[in-house]
Amino acid sequence: MTGYVIRRLLYGVLILIGVNLLTFVLFFAVNTPDDMARLAIGGQRVSQEAIDRWKTEHGYDKPLFFNAQAQGADRLTDTVFYQRSVPLLKMDFGLSDAGRDISREIKLRMGPSLALAIPTFILGLFVSIVFSLTLVYFRATRLDFWGVVVCVLLLSISSLFYIIAGQWLFAKMLRLVPYSGYLSGLDMVKFLALPVLVGIVARLGPEARFYRALFLEEVGKDYVRTARAKGLTERVVLFRHVLRNAMLPILTGTVSTIPLLFMGSLIAESFFGIPGLGSYTIDAINAQDFSIVRAMVFLGAALYIVGLILADLSYTLADPRVRFE
Amino acid sequence: MGGWLTRTWMAAFVLLAALTGCSREPINSPYEAGSLSENALYTAFVRQSPKYLDPALSYSSDETPFTYNIYEPLYQYHYLKRPYELIPRAAAAIAPPKYLDAQGSVLPQDAPGEQIAQSVYDIPIQKNIRFQPHPAFARDAQGNYLYFPLKPGELDGKYYLTDFHDTGTRGLTAHDYVYGIRRLASPRVASPIYSLLAEYIVGMREYGERLKQRDQALRKDMPAGQRDLPWLDLRESDGFDGIQALDDHTLRIRIHGKYPQFKYWLAMTFTAPIPWEADRFYSQPGMAAHNLSINTWPVGTGPYMLVESLQNRLHVLARNPYFRGEPYPCEGEPGDRAAGLLADCGQLTPFIDRIVFNIEKESFPLSGKFMQGYYDIPQVERGEFGVAMRVAASDSPEKARTYREHGIQLPTTVETSIWYLGFNWLDPVVGQGDTPEQQEKNRKLRLAISIAFNWEEFIAVFQDDQAVSAYGPVPPGVLGYRPPPAGINPEVYDLVDGKPKRKPLDVAKTLLAEAGYPDGRDAKTGAPLVLHYDAMTGGGSNPQFDWMRRQLAQLGIQLDIRSTDYGRFQEKMRRGAAQMFMWGWLADYPDAENFLFLLYGPNGKVKYGGENASNYSSEAFDQLFEQLKFLDDGPEKVALIERMQAIVQRDAPWMFGYFPMSGGAYQQWVGNAKPTQMVRNALQYIRVDPVRRVEKVKEWNTPRWWPLWLVALGIALVVWPSYRALKRRERETAFDANEASMPLSSSQETRP
Repeated sequence: MTGYVIRRLLYGVLILIGVNLLTFVLFFAVNTPDDMARLAIGGQRVSQEAIDRWKTEHGYDKPLFFNAQAQGADRLTDTVFYQRSVPLLKMDFGLSDAGRDISREIKLRMGPSLALAIPTFILGLFVSIVFSLTLVYFRATRLDFWGVVVCVLLLSISSLFYIIAGQWLFAKMLRLVPYSGYLSGLDMVKFLALPVLVGIVARLGPEARFYRALFLEEVGKDYVRTARAKGLTERVVLFRHVLRNAMLPILTGTVSTIPLLFMGSLIAESFFGIPGLGSYTIDAINAQDFSIVRAMVFLGAALYIVGLILADLSYTLADPRVRFE
Repeated sequence: MGGWLTRTWMAAFVLLAALTGCSREPINSPYEAGSLSENALYTAFVRQSPKYLDPALSYSSDETPFTYNIYEPLYQYHYLKRPYELIPRAAAAIAPPKYLDAQGSVLPQDAPGEQIAQSVYDIPIQKNIRFQPHPAFARDAQGNYLYFPLKPGELDGKYYLTDFHDTGTRGLTAHDYVYGIRRLASPRVASPIYSLLAEYIVGMREYGERLKQRDQALRKDMPAGQRDLPWLDLRESDGFDGIQALDDHTLRIRIHGKYPQFKYWLAMTFTAPIPWEADRFYSQPGMAAHNLSINTWPVGTGPYMLVESLQNRLHVLARNPYFRGEPYPCEGEPGDRAAGLLADCGQLTPFIDRIVFNIEKESFPLSGKFMQGYYDIPQVERGEFGVAMRVAASDSPEKARTYREHGIQLPTTVETSIWYLGFNWLDPVVGQGDTPEQQEKNRKLRLAISIAFNWEEFIAVFQDDQAVSAYGPVPPGVLGYRPPPAGINPEVYDLVDGKPKRKPLDVAKTLLAEAGYPDGRDAKTGAPLVLHYDAMTGGGSNPQFDWMRRQLAQLGIQLDIRSTDYGRFQEKMRRGAAQMFMWGWLADYPDAENFLFLLYGPNGKVKYGGENASNYSSEAFDQLFEQLKFLDDGPEKVALIERMQAIVQRDAPWMFGYFPMSGGAYQQWVGNAKPTQMVRNALQYIRVDPVRRVEKVKEWNTPRWWPLWLVALGIALVVWPSYRALKRRERETAFDANEASMPLSSSQETRP
């Protein structure tokens, strides 16, 4: 298994280099360093002189990929791409185009992102599984039918709607939670209650339907009949036997997303004013801060690769028959 | 099991009590307990934190609540008077310039502008001004600076200014202004204003070149992308004549020629003082990596100082303990006394101890929190929110009643800004034209379009009547603006019963036919006239674009909309690729020159990279503009502005569009607030009544729990039968109870 993990990690490095190249090409296909400078300087009178100074100060005054003016290896290394990419592979994200230390920002913002993402993830998973198992238990009844209808309704609605409706109901009408904001310590509970609830409701529809389909497939199998024949209660059959045997596809979807919890939620964090990495990324995109966008895409890709490896490893825990040799 | 359940419920109850019942503030308060009863003002910033707090870089309005309350430029605008009046701030007086000829001889004040080789401003600076407490000024008992040079490791764990234990202060001197203005020329600071000021301030451009060489020498052996650079000391004697400190409290500025508007630049933070100690302090290794710089932690002498700064989350200004206190104005415009704006006459400002800025990216939470009383002013630097609330109140009686019940104040004012629709002067169809004949035809086409475009309707539909039609480029509140009926655009409007009325469409059609497009078709080819509008944002089906198409369709002209993002739009404008476009201008200073220069030929965007986006060029206009630059305020200047406006009204390089209104939105407990986009240091004049705020917030935010009980009941009604059904199922057997109770023997008996 160690060999497998090392092999996957090496593939991951290649993928990261590709992601970095793609991000670079895509970003500069729609933005020139002049555009970035103009937006960064702002104001009404942006002179070419100021643009040139900004580019020099931020290292965007060099050619993007190939420096024809340079000699030897400098032709490739004295370029924006090389000088921005090599530190990334060492996880040195450098400074943002606004001059702030990206690594420190990531460290500071990871906490609020996780404070929102972990409860949403755990509670959401728990609620979805319990809800879908309940529907399976009452399969072919009215409760099952209306449960599926509710799921379809829930998954048909945009998550943006849940956010706005949640703010309207709980913050405006009932005045039970603040509209938005964030405080550390125990105070964070009142700020996170609504976003977590919205996150759970938003994912309940698609996940419960998916899990219900998985569980329904399992309950028809022989080992379930055997378990019932042994005299086990339906609750034990479902939660101990069916759930465990349906874990592989659930793990594929959930374990691989665990590392991505660090990246935060782009929409929820913006709407609820949570200072996490999701809103950090959105802010960077709006400000065309290439250094942050590139760092966050790189970090997201790295975490996703880690997540996929973890998902593969989790199969061996869920199903002892799975081996990587 | 039961004990565990009881303990869990108890813990949940205690947590709930801690969050709700034990707090005197409503449960939905976004602030820490007790915050609302402080003498603090709560407001929001949208989208993102201010990008630049460095006075050499800051040029966006969202940065001004910070920069203009932290730094003190030499001059400022009177808070209440309109038209805006320039008054001293850090300066002891507004210094009139002394004019010199090419030989250095002093000229009289009324000397013709062409004879003036240099203007010399000797500006006295107040002596009782001190910098805010800052670690850069901290010294030990021997007088050595405590925090520079820092030893290795001394910066560990220090990411905020408050992480430095010791602070100090010192008095403001003219040398700090010299340092600040020299810094604009630094190659390490991409100041947007350097190019403009270098044109005027004597020796500044050459100084910039020398600094560039010094900087290159310092960077010589350093690797590319090095964050920590050696300090570029700007105190050195290698300065320039344009900026000098005659003594500790007299600043001399020399500019080329005569430029009466220069005084307005001295009211902007570009010319704010920078203490060399701060520049030295922040230039130390590791400071950049710790986000410590003038840009993130500014140093000033103003009424407030930045004490907390969490990027894109929260910024807090606190009263500068060394601020001398500036008396509240005793004069204003008519109506200010009745509005209670003069009640604090003579009292020392600032009134508020802390200004708390929270991020609010979306409008729904912003307006929601404002209505709940958690924001005193939704946005201090912008006027759109107040305007939107006025519109909402006029559209909905229910909202108007709510605003009335909450005692929300919604004053408005017309701002010194303009939105215009420009014709590209380089375009063969709507531009200047090649031959005199073609020029006249193109002019008539532009006039026909100007008549057909009903800007009054545009204002009613798209600006909700919160704007004023523009008859020329000079807005209200600026010398040279003439209100209707005298100031109407006679090329587009008629006076009917003393009121301006847009000329009939038939006039536009006649002009169009004379332009060579009868009924909107080319007289020679019969092809329909298709014009192109380059939009800076939005999709092609935007209602505003549909409205524009309809305006031109009245003349038979087809309008093609080319939408793009703002970056591409700017690129098109730089290349002169747009035919018609709409753009706005917010005044740098309240002078007609700052609007008329948008039409000055040598300021053309394509040829010179200036702000004349329509690339308009008129010899007559340019000559008058050259004269205007030299004129002081007075009747002669007014007459000249009128002549210039008449020229552009006739040539019609713009449809003059509208002057937008700016509106304030203030809670009932906010006092002395007056909407303005020009006075940027307004926070020091505002006061709040925290007692009333606490009372009203409590009244408006009583939680409603009963729907939750209903939901809980509903859930119980679903769960309980399900639970019963589940239990019943579990107890069920393959046979019913009667069958199950039948004696086995009897069944056996039936077997054959």
